Amino acid sequence: MVAMAGGRRHRRRPTTAAAAATADWLSRITVATLLPVIKTFSQAYRETALVLCEKSAFQTIGEEQSQNPYTELLVLKGHHDIVRFLVQLDDYRFASAGDDGIIVVWNAQTGEKLLELSGHTQKITAVTTFPSLKPCEEKNQLLLTASADRTVIVWDCDTGRQIQKVSCFQSTVKCLTVLQKLDVWLSGGNDLCVWNRKLDLLCKTGHLSDTGISALVEIPRNCVAAAVGKELIIFRLVAPIEASLEWDVIEVKRLLDHQDNILSLVNVNDVNFVTGSHVGELIIWDVLDWTVQAYERNFWDPSPQPDTQQEIRLSQKPHDISIHHFTCDEENVFAAVGRGLYVYNLQMKHVIAYQKTAHDSNVLHIAKLPNRQLISCSEDGSVRIWELREKQQLPAEPVPTGFFNMWGFGRVNKQASQPVKKQQESATSCLLELIGDLIGHSSSVEMFLYFEDHGLVTCSADHLIILWKNGEQESGLRSLKLFQKLEENGDLYLAV
Amino acid sequence: MISAPDVVAFTKEEEYEEEAYNAPALPEEYSVPLFPFASQGANPWSKLSGAKFSRDFILISEFSEQVGPQPLLTIPNDTKVFGTFDLNYFSLRIMSVDYQASFVGHPPGSAYPKLNFVEDSKVVLGDSKEGAFAYVHHLTLYDLEARGFVRPFCMAYISADQHKIMQQFQELSAEFSKASECLKTGNRKAFAGELEKKLKDLDYTRTVLHTETEIQKKANDKGFYSSQAIEKANELASVEKSIIEHQDLLKQIRSYPHRKVKGSDKFLDEMEHIQDQANQTSTTSNPDESADSDLYTCRPAYTPKLIKAKSTKCFDKKLKTLEELCDTEYFTQTLAQLSHIEHIFRGDLCYLLTSQIDRALLKQQHVTNFLFEDLVEVDDRIVEKQETIPSQPSQDRLPTRTLEECPIPKVLISVGSYKSSVESVLIKMEQEHGDEYKEVEVTESSSFDPQENLDYLDMDMKGSISSGESIEVLGTEKSNSVLSKSDSQASLTVPLSPQVLRSKAVSHRTISEDSIEVLSTCPSEALIPEDFKASYPSAINEEESYADSEGAIHFQASIRPSELCEIQEDSLENTPSQIDSSCCIGKEIEGQLVSFPTPVHTLSDEDGVVSIPPQRFRQKDQGFHVDFAAENINPHQDNSCEVFPASELDPSCLLASRDVSKTSLDNYSDTTSYVSSVASTSSDKMPFAHPTSLSSERHRKRAGQNALKFIRQYPFAHPAIYSLLSGRTLVVLGEDETIVRKLVTALSIFVPNHGRCAKPVKHWVSSPLHITDFQKWKLIGLQRVASPASAGTLHALSRYSRYTSILDLDNKTLRCPLYRGTLVPRLADHRTQIKRGSTYYLHVQSMLTQLCSKAFLYTFCHHLHLPAHEKETQEVVASRQASFLKLNLGLVNEDVRVVQYLAELLKLHYMQESPGTGHPLLRFDYVPSFLYKI
Repeated sequence: MVAMAGGRRHRRRPTTAAAAATADWLSRITVATLLPVIKTFSQAYRETALVLCEKSAFQTIGEEQSQNPYTELLVLKGHHDIVRFLVQLDDYRFASAGDDGIIVVWNAQTGEKLLELSGHTQKITAVTTFPSLKPCEEKNQLLLTASADRTVIVWDCDTGRQIQKVSCFQSTVKCLTVLQKLDVWLSGGNDLCVWNRKLDLLCKTGHLSDTGISALVEIPRNCVAAAVGKELIIFRLVAPIEASLEWDVIEVKRLLDHQDNILSLVNVNDVNFVTGSHVGELIIWDVLDWTVQAYERNFWDPSPQPDTQQEIRLSQKPHDISIHHFTCDEENVFAAVGRGLYVYNLQMKHVIAYQKTAHDSNVLHIAKLPNRQLISCSEDGSVRIWELREKQQLPAEPVPTGFFNMWGFGRVNKQASQPVKKQQESATSCLLELIGDLIGHSSSVEMFLYFEDHGLVTCSADHLIILWKNGEQESGLRSLKLFQKLEENGDLYLAV
Repeated sequence: MISAPDVVAFTKEEEYEEEAYNAPALPEEYSVPLFPFASQGANPWSKLSGAKFSRDFILISEFSEQVGPQPLLTIPNDTKVFGTFDLNYFSLRIMSVDYQASFVGHPPGSAYPKLNFVEDSKVVLGDSKEGAFAYVHHLTLYDLEARGFVRPFCMAYISADQHKIMQQFQELSAEFSKASECLKTGNRKAFAGELEKKLKDLDYTRTVLHTETEIQKKANDKGFYSSQAIEKANELASVEKSIIEHQDLLKQIRSYPHRKVKGSDKFLDEMEHIQDQANQTSTTSNPDESADSDLYTCRPAYTPKLIKAKSTKCFDKKLKTLEELCDTEYFTQTLAQLSHIEHIFRGDLCYLLTSQIDRALLKQQHVTNFLFEDLVEVDDRIVEKQETIPSQPSQDRLPTRTLEECPIPKVLISVGSYKSSVESVLIKMEQEHGDEYKEVEVTESSSFDPQENLDYLDMDMKGSISSGESIEVLGTEKSNSVLSKSDSQASLTVPLSPQVLRSKAVSHRTISEDSIEVLSTCPSEALIPEDFKASYPSAINEEESYADSEGAIHFQASIRPSELCEIQEDSLENTPSQIDSSCCIGKEIEGQLVSFPTPVHTLSDEDGVVSIPPQRFRQKDQGFHVDFAAENINPHQDNSCEVFPASELDPSCLLASRDVSKTSLDNYSDTTSYVSSVASTSSDKMPFAHPTSLSSERHRKRAGQNALKFIRQYPFAHPAIYSLLSGRTLVVLGEDETIVRKLVTALSIFVPNHGRCAKPVKHWVSSPLHITDFQKWKLIGLQRVASPASAGTLHALSRYSRYTSILDLDNKTLRCPLYRGTLVPRLADHRTQIKRGSTYYLHVQSMLTQLCSKAFLYTFCHHLHLPAHEKETQEVVASRQASFLKLNLGLVNEDVRVVQYLAELLKLHYMQESPGTGHPLLRFDYVPSFLYKI
């Protein structure tokens, strides 16, 4: 009896995918998930596959992610609607804001909810911090928030006090920019307003457009670039030279190079800034004379690539190549194009690395980490960590092990893989390698914030904020605190 | 009849002598007295000396002024329990030992009757013929209609095991004191009400008489009074006297020291509070006295009636019942407490002792014990009493009868300990006689002869095994009269002479020719520090034993030398085993045993005896023994079905008797919810009922049994358990709710707690899981719906697959990371010989405790976590940790992860300033999962 039981016990084994094919409806999904990879599935299953799993042709990483440092997470609940904005206040604090109109200040180390600022009646449309001019002058950090209720509120982030509220706007303020040099801030809606620290309206432009300013960026010589629909308008601020003169804002130039709405506008460095549009145009501008330095459009245009995979990607939205976000370092501009990631080298003026389908869905936010890593978050609810690597000769594709291999009954992480990318772009000299993904949100990840010491904060449409931490590091920190506390309590006895 | 656990304790010395050499010695504190009847071939669970009742029970008796001693009720109120045991006779016995002449009436020199607030007396009594030993708690209740206004009652805990009574004396005393206090509080209230009614009657009578007298006066103006008029005047005078008397009584009852009321249990205060609220409408006469008078204000709706001034003692009149005497609510409350007492002292003595030791040791591990221990047991006690954890609980806590302390002849108040002496002095400040007593004590104790003690023990033993002689072990208690000094003096002097007592006892006894009385005293209830009295009921049992640990019960025997000599000879051969059984728990005995002339069992031998966990609740096992396969219970075995109102309040009885057969009791959450519903419907004020602890008892057993079943049934039990231990959420997926719940309950014994809150276990979910669920729950039962609607659930499950291990009950598959350690195979060996759920549960607990200690070591080793010097890199520290885990703790492969996870929990828990503020963390690893199939 005992021996029998023992024998059975040792028969346990990881089973294979084939063995699972006989399973129930559930496993049919799995099979359907796998089939596109094997390219043998019938049309009947195709739709199921598309509906349930959307796609299978993007790069995946298995569960073994040795380079992924984030092994601890903390779910922060504080909002009751989509969380869209995260803004870092200092080394350990950040604020989150979203469609519920409240702003929450968090401790990034402990995940503690520090303050809840409520004053807006509608969703928040823009958030920025207002750093004090001189550090000693005013210790308390200010936070500016604009809302769809056509107000802008200035908050004291330390006390949670509402310092001032401006509600004389004609339209919703969609972007806020602080010009620290002039100690003023600008609000962009249907018009552009200039405010000083005391919230006096210094000057404003006339009505620009009904769509309003979608993005604002400061450029040298007291200028700002504002994206208004397809146009890029350069404004110059005239500061009062003498007491008699008043502030003024003058429209200097309208740039009409984009063919579609400008979605993103970012400063690259001292000489360039970059814009991206809905149809995937990337234009690099000179900050001084506002001329086009480079124009990239066709690289990520998928149309000239007849591919069997295209058939599967029927569900892709037409504006698959809109540029949602940029991030930059000294050499490269990283662009979130549709669901792909592209690295555009400023010197070489071409794309040096890319992932055409970095995510399941549109990439919403990207950020470059100091260690050549790139983090992206997407509407598909995942956050992925990439590393920019020099391409080896004859690059071996990373072996994707099914993302949805959970129901891949018996599928171990070794499996027949399918090269996702074509070899046509041999021009690229680097590659973006997926080194880890963070799965936690159940809905679109709107934005994230990277803390050097405390990890990564992501916010999402599922109303949650997740604090991703380096488990090893946190464990060490906890030990440190533990012994500190022991010492405080006088319970620490050090062995000689 | 023998419902022994898997392993019956060895009782023959030849058998375990060999074992003692190879088996590692058991920790000293776990040693339990060797079974005294081993030499006679009896096993520890057989009926000791032909007791006529099947298990321990509580008897309430009254010394009725009309019919003499009579039994009132038993708990449990089931004739099966006491069987053929003669309750009437035993009532006579127990009522006859109430030495207290609780004098009420007209004391000399006092114009009015005085109420005497006497302390309860606590006596241990034995009747070897009946095979019954009893802890007897005497109390007096006030009744206006009774003789001297008092009605003597007693509550007795009757057991066949003498040692149980003796060794649990302190605990019994504490618990019964609570019950008694409850009764007395209710009684004072009722008595005050009664007095007020009486006063109103008298007042009315006086008015009527007065009017009549006036009429008569007016009617005859002849200058002389008719005899009728004189009679009326006399009557009026006596009514007025009676009014004064009754007013005085009312004042006395109201002036019952409030300190005492406060010192009583919390539940009483709660009761009072509730009652206060109920009586909100009643007017409070004096704001100064509001605290007291609230208690005693009677219902205003009372119509006074004409009464006779002279209260005639009518013996044909029906006396008030106990319930009438003490306000129904308090009465119910008391019954609940008594049921509770019955429950907590159920089972074998060694079980009680072991569980007490267990809890004491558990308290010492206050850093780690939150991980796996049952919250109910640990809970409040730790929080309250961390600082008072004694260094040597095993020694301190057990009420041992040490040689020095044992029999001090003719002494009433224990002086065995510094603590109790101090306390008693403090209390006696109110009395002027305190010092005198003390002197007596000191002198008496110094004149103590060790030999007598030995003899006493011998006799003790002898008496209980051979029924030819009857022995009475009397534990009495100092009475503490608060009001009347002379009374206290009287009550104290009575028992000073054993002869007096003996003659009294003998007069009632015809069965025994050689009867010995051992008078023992213990520190009175009043000597127990107030702090320990008023506390959470479940905690009291333990705390009391701590509180009095230094001043443990000192049974003091007073023996007549002549008798001693006789018996000493007879019983000399019995000495060794006797000593073992009664005294060996205390370590200090060990040395003294050597000096005994007769060979004794050494303690090391005894260690062998208790290498097996003692059986839990013998009677209960009989009643509830559940064959796992059958999942059913024989109805006729169910001996705890009780009709008694109190037992209806007792959830354990309910659960036991009615629900076992029909519902799935293995489900913990169901059980608790059921219990709570019982509690809420029957009575909201049931502080004595311990639904959680009671059901956890059952829960453990069921969980252990189901876990065993799981381990035997599923070859992939090890990785599943590893998942639980390493903090990876295990999702049990299945269609059938009961099966899923059962397994979740079973597996929950492996789930480490995050803190002192509930276990992170969710028994049944049907909605799609979310990331927060994995953060919160470590074991989830998930419903599988065979419809497209479940797509969301399964999708979520696949999405979060890296955080979970998935046990599919329908397909019998498990998807989880690989496990290659050695720890879980030891914890969950499918070839284990353990058959019983409770035994397996204990096995798991001990293994997990071992694991906890490893985690503790790892967490709190300074050099492992901090760099030794500034230049040391993190890598060096990490490698040091790894080598410590591997070499020092002997952990291989994935076992390391388990300890690391537990260490993180320990750190978080230690850092957590106040429970609840900490955020639960979700820690995970990026490791591949595998699919296991049967």
